[in-house]
Amino acid sequence: MEHSPHSREADHPTPLTYVKIATILVIITAVEVGIFYIDALADVLIPIFIALSAVKFALVAMFYMHLKFDERLFSWLFVGGMLLATFVILALMTLFGSL
Amino acid sequence: MHHSQVSEHATTTGIDHRKMLIWVFLGSECMFFGSLLATYLIYYGQSLPGTPTPGEILDIPTTSVSTFVLLMSSLMMVLAYSSISRGNVRNFRIWILCTALLGSTFLGFQIFEFTEFAREGLTPKTNLFGTTFFTLTGFHGAHVTVGVIWLLSLFGYSFKGDLTKDGGVNVDLIALYWHFVDVVWIVIFTVVYLIGITNAVHNAHG
Repeated sequence: MEHSPHSREADHPTPLTYVKIATILVIITAVEVGIFYIDALADVLIPIFIALSAVKFALVAMFYMHLKFDERLFSWLFVGGMLLATFVILALMTLFGSL
Repeated sequence: MHHSQVSEHATTTGIDHRKMLIWVFLGSECMFFGSLLATYLIYYGQSLPGTPTPGEILDIPTTSVSTFVLLMSSLMMVLAYSSISRGNVRNFRIWILCTALLGSTFLGFQIFEFTEFAREGLTPKTNLFGTTFFTLTGFHGAHVTVGVIWLLSLFGYSFKGDLTKDGGVNVDLIALYWHFVDVVWIVIFTVVYLIGITNAVHNAHG
């Protein structure tokens, strides 16, 4: 039986780490909803929302989907698809004058 | 525990074919939801005047609760996976049932939202916003539904088969799918709801 190359899975998070990540995700979501109602931040809300959701996205991908601890090939497959999708979105929006 | 090790069949990469497949699938799903999101964004703000718009109809408080529910379901899912990785089938059954329950709750919120919107005059046929909104969130809801069915089938299988073999790869597959569904909702909630309403209000005030 062949064995796989050494993976980075030896350091998978503990359940407590998962709970901490969930707490952070909830706090970030609460902050997003909270600042939504602050009129003084109206001009900077969109970049803030994008940044906060990017942080949530990264936390779920790295820890819950354990990309941080798994084969790097999986990261390339997922990030590659994501980058391609982002490029398609931006290209279409530019093409149709929505950007 | 090395979850990528192949227990029965040798592969050229040394990685389980099933794990490779799910990641390739998720990469393609990025493209799928990316195209739906692109369509939504292209047609944003181009609906006929006098028809419902994002600023008028989307409800942040209710959707925030459903977002919280889906985030918690991701926690339940990862705890289920952690349990099966350590061979604790009893805890796995508890967590995976909780995941399915919260996923179903999220679907309940979506059904409530869709029926409320229909009552207020927004359907997929009303305007461009209705078409693109219901298509995007409807497909996401369909993915959640498939996920709930998959979760419940694994729960049932845990009584007959051995989910701990191969490092719990069968649970790993649904876990990856479920977290992806959650990640897609993070993007939808931000772009469609938070940014959508913020932009609509900003445009209305000139």
